[in-house]
Amino acid sequence: MATTLTDSPKKTPRSISRRVLGSSLLEALTTPHPVDRYLELVRPSWSLSEVRAEVIGVSRAAPDAATLTLRPNRNWQGFQPGQHVRLVVEINGVRRTRCYSLACSANESSALEITVKAHPDGEVSNYLNRHARVGMVLGLSQAEGAFVLPQNLPDRLLFISGGSGITPVMSMLRTLCERGYDGEIAFIHYSPTFDDTIYWSELAQIAAHHRNVSLAHVHTRESAGKLTGYFSRDHLLAAAPDYAAADVFVCGPPGLIDSVRSLWSEEQIEERLSSEHFVPPAPGVILGEAKGSVSFARSNIQKDNSGACVLEQAESAGLNPASGCRMGICRTCTCRKRSGSVRNARTGEISTAADEDIQICVSIPVGDVELEL
Amino acid sequence: MATTHPTLTPEQIEAFGDEMDALRQRLVDDLGERDANYIRKIIRIQRGLEIGGRGLLEFSFLPPAWLAGTAALSISKILDNMEIGHNVMHGQYDWMQDPALNSKQFEWDTACPGDQWRHSHNYMHHTHTNILGKDRDIGYGILRMSEDQKWHPYYLGNPLYALLLATFFQYGVALHDVEMERISSGETTLGEKKDLLKNIWRKVRRQTAKDYVLFPLLAGPSAPLVVAGNATANLARNLWSFTIIFCGHFPDGTEEFTEEETENETHGEWYYRQLLGSANLTGGKLFHVMSGNLSHQIEHHLFPDIPAHRYAEISVEVREACARYGLPYNSGPLGKQFGSVVRKIFKLALPDRKTPAPAHAPQPREPVPLAH
Repeated sequence: MATTLTDSPKKTPRSISRRVLGSSLLEALTTPHPVDRYLELVRPSWSLSEVRAEVIGVSRAAPDAATLTLRPNRNWQGFQPGQHVRLVVEINGVRRTRCYSLACSANESSALEITVKAHPDGEVSNYLNRHARVGMVLGLSQAEGAFVLPQNLPDRLLFISGGSGITPVMSMLRTLCERGYDGEIAFIHYSPTFDDTIYWSELAQIAAHHRNVSLAHVHTRESAGKLTGYFSRDHLLAAAPDYAAADVFVCGPPGLIDSVRSLWSEEQIEERLSSEHFVPPAPGVILGEAKGSVSFARSNIQKDNSGACVLEQAESAGLNPASGCRMGICRTCTCRKRSGSVRNARTGEISTAADEDIQICVSIPVGDVELEL
Repeated sequence: MATTHPTLTPEQIEAFGDEMDALRQRLVDDLGERDANYIRKIIRIQRGLEIGGRGLLEFSFLPPAWLAGTAALSISKILDNMEIGHNVMHGQYDWMQDPALNSKQFEWDTACPGDQWRHSHNYMHHTHTNILGKDRDIGYGILRMSEDQKWHPYYLGNPLYALLLATFFQYGVALHDVEMERISSGETTLGEKKDLLKNIWRKVRRQTAKDYVLFPLLAGPSAPLVVAGNATANLARNLWSFTIIFCGHFPDGTEEFTEEETENETHGEWYYRQLLGSANLTGGKLFHVMSGNLSHQIEHHLFPDIPAHRYAEISVEVREACARYGLPYNSGPLGKQFGSVVRKIFKLALPDRKTPAPAHAPQPREPVPLAH
């Protein structure tokens, strides 16, 4: 437990201009519009409260993956390695929000890095791969997520990642190496072929410069490498024989996480395991049958989906959400859907993305849905 | 009035409704960057005019600066309230998922708090358009705008009340949900409206502080001139928005409905009522923008949550559909439409003349055969 990871959080003094811009006098002069609505007209990344970032670098990490370097504005409060941000990008007039893990070292506060792999049906990932350019301004959340290194670092760490799940683990590794962590680090990465492997050359360099870092690369669809196929105990024995004594961080597709988790639980060392899923967008929904459940998150109520519109289901659950015309025109009932899919009874359109505003009087849940109600 | 609605068979009304639904769907599918760019451009222009106008007013001791500043601020307030505020608060840009353009979060530069407007306008008025006893936009609880409102000596003041309402329109709109007439008739009490009034007061206080205290103080000795400029801009906005809004549902030819008629109304019948109860204004592109595209009141009432700058392009199809179904499409220049509204305000100040026996009572029209 030689090393700890924390830096005291940086407190930047508020500059004079920020004090003026954030003053209640200026707010009274711009009322009813927030000061931000004027600032962003001068420069899109300017804001008193929202985190926004300018793209300052775009590079190709693999044939189907782009690495973006982002300079956040002054509202960014830093992150712990392993955390992700919700990134907001506007595509054809519509803001889309997706989670991306930060891949850079946590020492870095002015050039954040994410790597976006283009998924076949991923609207945002494809857009960023094709259209991201220097100067573009994106919205960001503060860093989120509990997939982080412990405060007091253990003597032994094992990282297992699959595909683009490498990014949060990369951030952990970069941070540890920069801060001189001297415990043992084993890193096992899974990717279909060698060509898809993002960050590999940097990983190899890190391993060459740090005696405590060992690397194993498993190709799941090629038989060329030393280790092949999906995760197995054999891979562990070959690449990290002391796995049972290490704190383990695994990030990747659900299949990888499930197999790692079941092995760790078989050996009853599950408490040493932390994992992060990258949940792919919900698959196509089947219409007709009412399935799943409707959760009203703020009220902490969960009910079986009756097939009625969300508004009626909320009311029959005893809630009293705002509503008006009940025919989809007045927007009194608009409410944030946290997750799940709903079908708009007026248009037939299906909303699958997380964190979207829906008109609950004409939205029929399709499977599990969670609402801010 | 109730008996004069053009007669369509229920099937025709539903077919008309289906056509409107299809038109709406086509628009929804086509929304995108063009609409986002449009509204942001209007916002940039409005904020530019606002900053420029208020800046110029700080130099009010120079008469040209006062004039230009007042004009710029007037246009800014009109754009803020109409093409931006009214339309954003309808949810026309909710699909963008941009909190700055979200109908529930947007607040506009006028005395009426946004959430009260969303109730009195988006819900009450747009759902119950032109239904007597339900749509409180018919006369705003102050005026007699329909012969079906029973005459009372109070209405002798109709023209005066209209002038006062126009002058202080932003406060009239703000007090809309307080339902003064229901308080004076004893149907509700002031106590029940306490929270509403508190919110109005909070908003009015902020608006007043900005326009009549803070910006004037910043101008030092020119403060009275800034007060005058800001008051003129507010007045210009009030008169203009009153004029446009009163041309939406009151010109000759717009129709009213009774509660009985609209009980169990179908979706097709809702479209039909929206069409018959609304009237358009003709004019150039700038005029449409300055009216918040409420000059396309018919299209706005058919599709209240579709970005208003699209109304002009779809009006061709709406008009064509109306012609096919034998439905009226009430449209005319501002002078003609507003003239008929003013005539109505004066005419309805007086008790109704006994209408002669129904010698030529309106005959229900024959159902019009469909073209296809």
